[in-house]
Amino acid sequence: MDILLQGGRVINPATNYDCDTSVLIRDGKIADIGSDIEAPGAECIDCSGRIVAPGLIDMHVHFREPGQEAKEDFLSGSKAAAAGGYTTVATMPNTSPAVDNAALVRSLKKRAHDIGLCNIEVIGALTKGRQGKELAEVGDMTEAGAVAFSDDGNFVDSARVMLNALDYLRAFDKTIICHEEETSLVEEGAMNEGHRSAMLGIKGRPTVAEDIAVARDILLAEYADARVHIAHISSARSVELVREAKRRGIRVTAEATPHHLTMTDDVVDYTDSATKVNPPLRSKKDTEAVLQGLLDGTIDAIVTDHSPHAEEEKDREYIYAPSGFPGLETAVGVLMSELVQKGRLSIDTMISKMTKEPARILGLDAGDISIGKKADVVVIDPHLDWTVDASKFYTRGSHSPFVGRKLTGKSVLTIYNGRIVMRDGVVTV
Amino acid sequence: MAKNTTSLRGKDVLGLKDFSKEEIRLVLDTAKGMKDIIHRDIKKVPALRGKSIVTLFYEPSTRTRTSFETAGKYLGADVVNVTAGTSSIIKGESLRDTLYTLQVMGFDAIVMRHKAEGAAAYAAKVADPVIINAGDGAHAHPSQGLLNLFTIEEHKGHLEGLKAAIIGDISHSRVARSDIQGMRKMGIEVHLAGPKTLLPRYLFEEPGIFVHDRIEEAIKDADVINVLRIQLERQKSGLFPSMREYARIFGLNEKRLTLAKDDVLILHPGPMNKGLEISPYVAYGSNSAIQEQVQNGVAVRMALLALTLTGGND
Repeated sequence: MDILLQGGRVINPATNYDCDTSVLIRDGKIADIGSDIEAPGAECIDCSGRIVAPGLIDMHVHFREPGQEAKEDFLSGSKAAAAGGYTTVATMPNTSPAVDNAALVRSLKKRAHDIGLCNIEVIGALTKGRQGKELAEVGDMTEAGAVAFSDDGNFVDSARVMLNALDYLRAFDKTIICHEEETSLVEEGAMNEGHRSAMLGIKGRPTVAEDIAVARDILLAEYADARVHIAHISSARSVELVREAKRRGIRVTAEATPHHLTMTDDVVDYTDSATKVNPPLRSKKDTEAVLQGLLDGTIDAIVTDHSPHAEEEKDREYIYAPSGFPGLETAVGVLMSELVQKGRLSIDTMISKMTKEPARILGLDAGDISIGKKADVVVIDPHLDWTVDASKFYTRGSHSPFVGRKLTGKSVLTIYNGRIVMRDGVVTV
Repeated sequence: MAKNTTSLRGKDVLGLKDFSKEEIRLVLDTAKGMKDIIHRDIKKVPALRGKSIVTLFYEPSTRTRTSFETAGKYLGADVVNVTAGTSSIIKGESLRDTLYTLQVMGFDAIVMRHKAEGAAAYAAKVADPVIINAGDGAHAHPSQGLLNLFTIEEHKGHLEGLKAAIIGDISHSRVARSDIQGMRKMGIEVHLAGPKTLLPRYLFEEPGIFVHDRIEEAIKDADVINVLRIQLERQKSGLFPSMREYARIFGLNEKRLTLAKDDVLILHPGPMNKGLEISPYVAYGSNSAIQEQVQNGVAVRMALLALTLTGGND
């Protein structure tokens, strides 16, 4: 059935479009955009006061397949994506086993297609078994549909391996997504190194660990004239390094998370591992710098680093609990409440960094709702007040530092491939 | 002196950060009376008769565990000991489930030592009995901080205005962190020193805490020196070059001791590495209160158990 999204504020950063108008969806495509569309028989959805935008893209999620389905699987992850307004996600390969060969990439693509709630792109492991030693078969994986490569979760310790990877990947024009923490400086660390870690006695993960890693990979990208993408940037100095690299014309892109944009290590409660994440929540100075980087274009994309874990894994001693928490279902609310409504980030920029920019980095035909494009659309209600309640999550992960937070702004309708997959917070498939 | 109306009944003892000056004062005053009990011929009072206490130790300990057990027994409580190596913990039982098990058996207090910072606070969140932190990683060891204050006050007659030096491995030391919290609350100026590799960054962003690169600067004119234990594996992980060099440059010996006040009080949480962080001459010398600390530890733990389990008035 045709869908007419009537009278919303349509924001399409791919074409610099921002108008109050209507959008007609027919046969899985954007059929028309305009204020006087005649569409007899179409389902009319009143979008007045709401934002109509391309379905969101998260280029950094962990859906845990294969092997860690107690944490999340493609179905629960897809539902979380739909609930959050995302129509495209890219899954990280730090699974068990790692996604480091074409057969696995193909099987995951097929599985995503069968579920059909959102487009799941697959990021392949950069090295075999994510061991940082030998290159994985990135050429095969590219042909099987992998969109980027990453040993996310690990820093590629060997500069030689990283340089080889950059050189070798030039043939495939895929970016390497880099988890930037120099291993020897973060071993055993469970939170940001700062006053709070010093007082708690918890071993820290210093910002300099990230800065060294970012600097090395920028230098290698420059040397190899290749592309790197800095994952979940969190340190002020790292933002400066990327800014300077871009100024020099080095092909570097970067992403940041809602938590690194809005939370500091002041919130770390060592009886609740919900705040444990890598890189860790940093200082106020760092969150401010990450936001500045987002605003001035140093940071290209907003990602959630959606990292659910099983209840029994997170409900334990802080330093023993795994790092990461889910983010797909809270991102829009957090960004709208903490940044957009406080006048620190425009809604257009926010949407651009969650649609057009990640599509550009991964080379996806997505994140654009021009006429004729695939109908992946989100409708956001910027005024909806809600409270984050883990029992209502679709993800299997329940330990989030945003639980209990009162937010304003939420995705209320998700259309994937011309079909409604979420309406008023309820995944409809 | 005005009567202290503070009550610790039902309070979890997680760290001295959560203690007010008045609460610390109450523990120290109560411990004085408890120390008399230790010197009696019949060391048993019925203050905690009918109460049951379990010590739950995930890390080895001689003095702290024995001290809590003895403290409970002198007060008439039933005390049971659980250690990681001989319990379901080695079968992989979670901390939550172990705590639930002890809770439903009816224990009134769980005295807990654990490798993980925050484990005691986590326990307090999930379990009902009074939780007494007997050391959680490098975070806190509140009863040690209190017994140090008790020992200092016994010798100096007061706490306010004293200058204390804490020297050695601050990074890995729960004792140092509890000392810092307790001493600052009671008006003692704290000077920290040790190799920079064993001093955490950012610890010293608070008033009354000073950090020095060399121990000579820290112990100058000190009223109290707390010498921390150097764990032998720290050298292996590259934090200082050799035991020999540590002893020579950062160890407390008789020559360095002359920099402090004549009546300086020497503390050490034990177990000591004599000849490494402290010379035998200093450890057994006339300024040393290291043996007294052990006895005072029993008195302070008696006070903590009595105050948290009964309010101290029963």
